Amino acid sequence: MSVTSGVSADDQAEQQAQASPPERKQGSTLRKGEGRLGLYLVAPTIILLAVVIGYPVVKAIVMSFQKDPGLDKATGMFVSGGSAGFSNYTHWILQRCGTASCPPGTLGAEFWDSVGTTFFFTAATVIIEVLLGMWMALVMNRAFRGRALLRASVLVPWAIPTAITAKLWYFIFAYDGIANRVLHTHILWTGGEWASRFAIIIADVWKTTPFIALLILAGLQVIPADTYEAARVDGANSWQRFTMVTLPLVRPALMVAVLFRTLDALRIYDLPAILTGGGGGTGHSTTTLSILVVDQIRGGFNSAAALSTLTFLLIFLVAFIFVKFLGAHVVQTQQRQQKGTI
Amino acid sequence: MIRRTRGFSVAMASLGAGVLLIGMGGCSSGGGSNTAGQNTNARGPITYVQGKDNNNVIRPLIDQWNASHPNEKVTFKEQSDQADQQHDDLVQHFQAKDPNYDVVDVDVVWTAEFAAKGWLQPLTGQFALDTSALLPTTVKTGTYNNTLYAAPQASDGGLLYYRKDLVPTPPKTWDEMMADCSIAKSHNMDCYAGQFAKYEGLTVNAAEAINTAGGEIVKSDGRTPNVDTPEANKGLSMLVDAYKNGNIPQQAITYQEEQGRQSFESGKLLFMRNWPYVYSLATTDGSSVVKDKFGIAPLPGLDASKPGASSLGGHNAAISQYSAHKATAFDFVKFLESADTQKTFATKASLAPVIASLYDDPTLIQTLPYLPTLKTSIINAVPRPVTPFYPAVTEAIETNAYAAIKGDKTVDQALKDMQAAIKAAGS
Amino acid sequence: MASTTAVGNRGGLAPAPDRPVIRRRSRFTFASVRSYAGIVLIVIFCLLPFYWMVVTAFRNVGYTFDTTPWPTHVTLDNFKTAFSTSLGNHFGRALINSAIIGICTTILAVLAGCFAAYAIARLNFRGKYLVLGVVLGASMFPGVALLTPLFQLFTNIHWIGSYQALIIPDISFALPLTVYTLTAFFAEMPWELEEAAVVDGCTPGQAFRKVILPLAAPGLFTTAILAFISSWNEFLLASELSNDKTQPVTVAIAQFTGSQPHQEPYTAVMAAGTIVTVPLVIMVLLLQRRIVAGLTAGGVKG
Repeated sequence: MSVTSGVSADDQAEQQAQASPPERKQGSTLRKGEGRLGLYLVAPTIILLAVVIGYPVVKAIVMSFQKDPGLDKATGMFVSGGSAGFSNYTHWILQRCGTASCPPGTLGAEFWDSVGTTFFFTAATVIIEVLLGMWMALVMNRAFRGRALLRASVLVPWAIPTAITAKLWYFIFAYDGIANRVLHTHILWTGGEWASRFAIIIADVWKTTPFIALLILAGLQVIPADTYEAARVDGANSWQRFTMVTLPLVRPALMVAVLFRTLDALRIYDLPAILTGGGGGTGHSTTTLSILVVDQIRGGFNSAAALSTLTFLLIFLVAFIFVKFLGAHVVQTQQRQQKGTI
Repeated sequence: MIRRTRGFSVAMASLGAGVLLIGMGGCSSGGGSNTAGQNTNARGPITYVQGKDNNNVIRPLIDQWNASHPNEKVTFKEQSDQADQQHDDLVQHFQAKDPNYDVVDVDVVWTAEFAAKGWLQPLTGQFALDTSALLPTTVKTGTYNNTLYAAPQASDGGLLYYRKDLVPTPPKTWDEMMADCSIAKSHNMDCYAGQFAKYEGLTVNAAEAINTAGGEIVKSDGRTPNVDTPEANKGLSMLVDAYKNGNIPQQAITYQEEQGRQSFESGKLLFMRNWPYVYSLATTDGSSVVKDKFGIAPLPGLDASKPGASSLGGHNAAISQYSAHKATAFDFVKFLESADTQKTFATKASLAPVIASLYDDPTLIQTLPYLPTLKTSIINAVPRPVTPFYPAVTEAIETNAYAAIKGDKTVDQALKDMQAAIKAAGS
Repeated sequence: MASTTAVGNRGGLAPAPDRPVIRRRSRFTFASVRSYAGIVLIVIFCLLPFYWMVVTAFRNVGYTFDTTPWPTHVTLDNFKTAFSTSLGNHFGRALINSAIIGICTTILAVLAGCFAAYAIARLNFRGKYLVLGVVLGASMFPGVALLTPLFQLFTNIHWIGSYQALIIPDISFALPLTVYTLTAFFAEMPWELEEAAVVDGCTPGQAFRKVILPLAAPGLFTTAILAFISSWNEFLLASELSNDKTQPVTVAIAQFTGSQPHQEPYTAVMAAGTIVTVPLVIMVLLLQRRIVAGLTAGGVKG
């Protein structure tokens, strides 16, 4: 069926986006000196980012090509390792320990498992959080009374530091804890392979869904009521209104939220580190990439540097795929806003 | 669309490229070279570095030392009580060759790493320490490459906690304990638990089982792995079988020290392997239902002639290679080793002494009733591998022991993997 | 409150003239029943675990695993334990550390961020999209990739245990956040402002200082809150780059120790968690509309 209200949802979104900044007059007097001022103004930010992110990244790359110190068999003393070539990278990617493949029980053997775990956590949490968040946003959008209470309570899980959230759920999921007592179960929440993963997913969903809901709610509130009215007049039922009006209109907001959430989830550390210590199941069922890096740090800086560089490349790859193929127009949304100035 | 993505990819590229221009300096500093010991006869003020002094025991001792050594005063540098933070703090000061870290307190499992980095003054020659009065197993924890690098300062060993109201005589062997599990069953309790969650505690417990059965983790050189043996197989199988048949309850796979203690104190556990700290808590805790119903015994052995082999906890005192006043530092180490100091540690901080005779001291036994049992435990103990790659070695033991206990792999396979992983750790 | 009316009005402001009033009312009733059920569910979902934390915080340590759903064995001891230093915990100091780190990070990030955001939102200069892209890229950057090199660097220059060792890494995520959020705020302001200022003879710099900045104060404030919370909640970097002198509350709580080396005092941990959370919850209650505006400005309208 088609919505015959005269304005399609996409057009409307387009108009919305364009409407906010009114057209700037061409050849405005502000142009003069703008370029230089702009550069001066962004300089501190760029310098700060170069120091806090740029330097460590370069340093990590340099370190990743150095060998970690090894033992001199004769004296039992450490000697520095020298150049490593790509051996720190093959150690992780090909799981090579020396000349053999890494046996179970070495961190090298856990690389691909932790990549898998990280992506699994990301997919599971993002999907659940978006679906649940969408529902919460719809409820909040409809709510007439109690909005203040709703908004406040929704912000509570978001405001609690993740580290404390993790301690809280650790306690809830203890064998003698309230979760097993209420459910009348004897689940090993921090020991079982899937139980431990679900424990982390549950904790993450609790902590982050409200945030997603708020982002979606903001997108919903931009949709003008008469769009719904028009669809209703056309005889669309509530599901059709949702799929044909609501969803297309919140899509830009949703995609940005999903992108940021995904990249955040790929970095997950606090929850598994405190809740399960990366353990459970096979012994590393909840070891994410970030946990693996931290585990490696005391076992050799240079190898850890290679691993963190890989992690960073992986996350950027995902971000790139998102932007290129899935249409999360982070920059574009900004650009649209700037249309008047371009 | 093209435009949209371009902004982002350009940005990504530029982040990378821009970054390349900045600071290409600062390569990593490798391992330390072994600088020859100096300042061996120098005397003067020194600093003693130790983790959190929770029971305010070290400060009065230092005051006492300072009163009698006005020209060689000791300053106390207190670290955090987090092991990792203590470790990192020491590493930093050693890397900087800090002459102000003279005597340092190191966890038994770090001794080898610091020694191999050349940071610790070997306790040989004029620094030779008389270790004859010490418990020999504690001396092993400070020995790397057949050289004593650190003096034992405080020890710790595992004990078997049991319900004396239900089991009048504690089991002497693992098989006896397993047989006693029927008592647990008839009382609807769990039988036995140690620390089986995947963390350092599992290394301790798995090593105890393997050592008790006559196996070993590494050969006497401290480096060559030797876990792929029938003895080690027998040891690990004890845990694996007990977990499989339910004598070790399924939830024990999530237990660290605290969960076991909670279970024992709430009367749900018949036998428990734990450290001496449980003793006073189980006697005093409000929710403890076993206050006067539990006893302690050495860990059960393979046969009645020999108790089980505990792993060792504790700390060693070492002299920094970079100390400016090593003669004073050595005197202070000897002061820490002295019977009087050890007694103070025991009474005020419940630290297990390293001097054998103190375990028979009646006044000490009065305050710490578990001392005679603990002595048996420590005498028969086997230190965890003294290796510079301890983090990787413990990972190898934990991971594979965990998989075996859970039944994810056979004991044979687990030990083969453990062997290979320990080997890979030291390559 | 204002938003309640705003949304209430959305349905009420422009009713189709031909719609029978009766139908509206019946819809309202049906919808409200469903929406109340939804509201109750959401509130329970969000607050139940937090409730359990508070209940445990007030429970006697000897009854840690008592699972009665309402407060029993109520005591304030856990709060005393949390603040007591005799067990080697420095929770009070950690609170101060978190505040110092959070405030310094926020000031630096907002200061640098508001200039950059203004330039991106309002000015036309070469390399603008590059800058925007760098900032966005930085906001996606995994903290763990900073950890190894910073850990080694700070070790070598003896910064572990100093505040700058924690503030500097925190800027890596707080600054992109502020730039991003503030850009959205600036972009929303009427464009006539600078035009008018320039007509009055202001240079672009003066227009920024005298016209835009004062008007952007609420946005700056909101952004500052977000930056502060993000820094207050940071754990990964702080857990490796701090020592007991500088560790923030997140690390202090994760590493709480009891009177014995292996003991883990859950109830005191929950008490400490409550202490850390309650100020945030109060702040959130007071400033909820601002915070929501700030969050959504960065995420959606940005």
